[in-house]
Amino acid sequence: MFVKITSKPGTTRGNETGSWRMGTKPKFLRKNCIGCGLCALICPEGVIDGKRKKTYYCDYNYCKGCGICAEECPKKDILMVEEEEII
Amino acid sequence: MREYLEGSIAVARAVKLCRPGVISAYPITPQTHIVEELASLTASSQLKTEFINVESEHSAASVVLGSLAAGVRAYTASSSQGLLLMGEVLYNIAGLRLPLVLTCANRAVSAPLSIWNDHQDSEALRDSGVIQLYAENIQEVVDLHLFAYRLAEDPRILLPVMVCMDGFVLTHAYESVDLPEQDQVDEFLPPLELIEKLDPFKPLSMGIVADARFYMETRYAIQETMKECLVIMPELKKDFNKAFNRDIKIFIEEYYMEDAEKVLVTRGSVAGTVKDVVDEMRAEGQKVGMLKIISYRPFPAEAIYNALKDLYAVGVLDRAISLGSWGPMYTEIKALFHGKDKFPKISGFIGGLGQRDITRDNIRDMYDKLDWGEVPCEFINLNREFLIGARKYT
Repeated sequence: MFVKITSKPGTTRGNETGSWRMGTKPKFLRKNCIGCGLCALICPEGVIDGKRKKTYYCDYNYCKGCGICAEECPKKDILMVEEEEII
Repeated sequence: MREYLEGSIAVARAVKLCRPGVISAYPITPQTHIVEELASLTASSQLKTEFINVESEHSAASVVLGSLAAGVRAYTASSSQGLLLMGEVLYNIAGLRLPLVLTCANRAVSAPLSIWNDHQDSEALRDSGVIQLYAENIQEVVDLHLFAYRLAEDPRILLPVMVCMDGFVLTHAYESVDLPEQDQVDEFLPPLELIEKLDPFKPLSMGIVADARFYMETRYAIQETMKECLVIMPELKKDFNKAFNRDIKIFIEEYYMEDAEKVLVTRGSVAGTVKDVVDEMRAEGQKVGMLKIISYRPFPAEAIYNALKDLYAVGVLDRAISLGSWGPMYTEIKALFHGKDKFPKISGFIGGLGQRDITRDNIRDMYDKLDWGEVPCEFINLNREFLIGARKYT
């Protein structure tokens, strides 16, 4: 007997993990950003993107608010702010 | 062709005949000779396969998982601590329904460290969804490996199969073995074709999350497949016997059971010694017999029940123990007779842990003890001298 244990790629997108954030979220200040791309590279969820310096952003529907990007940004250009703050 | 071969070498030759595309393993006694031989066959171009060296058994199992997920036949082998380290991945391989064939060269589990033979390592993976077949001698090991690939890869089954052979007693012993020809194996074992596999042109997610709505059904499906195995395996056995002109046993082997009154139930190589004792005792006019269990998972409950139901007494010799309970095979055989009107006396014996000898005299003793009451869990051939200094509180 077999039941379906595979799925089409991308179907887990239905689960918006951004709802798991516990109070803080990253804010991309875009002031001192040098476009090194480190934040996008190390994001465990792969939800940070950007093309040139001062263009980086993240998808808050899936960002779990771990804060690694803010911790690692060499220019301290990402801040963890209260969830309620409007960006 | 008949050849005089060491058990490990014979297994390697059998695996070679099955043409695995990927082999990955990590050395551990007493399994090492098997993959050493496969590595050497690969190095000398006699075997065309991807031989992947890894840093642990966990990685070895992960490599074969990956190759099977991509639809490539794979092989690995391990023992004892190595097998336990593989355990986490073996559950995944079974859960992903990937047809791995692996060899367990049975060995005791630490601590204390013992490289010697018993069944505690494979017993620890009893409930993982892996089919387990136990061999008595080297010819049986070879035949079961060829059979295992066909069984695992049957599109109705797709479960990993572990062939268990006793460490040293079989892996390092020499025996005259009949290995089939390549074209015979090719005819019996067609190339692996998986319906669902990883393919960059047809992307697919494997190993996905199943929440409480779906998980239980995946386990139910494996349980149902294990039951279906009991129907499918005899079909495959027919094909096997025809292809190789053999008469193999796959569930149980009965030895002098027709008119027996007392029977020992065993697994693995010790069955050979028990057969010799049965011969001796039969010559003395005693009605004794032996039942060897080959397929431990799936557990051929009906066949075992029918073989034992009319007996006077049954002894179950386990070479493993579920510490805090009883011998694992004893518990299952005892359970078969619960609530039945007619049942034999059933005794459980634990023997041969860490390759403690199970001598002819020990086996004779067990048969004699069956005349007395039932014992659930008696250790045989204990070293009484070593126990003299033991602290005890009850």
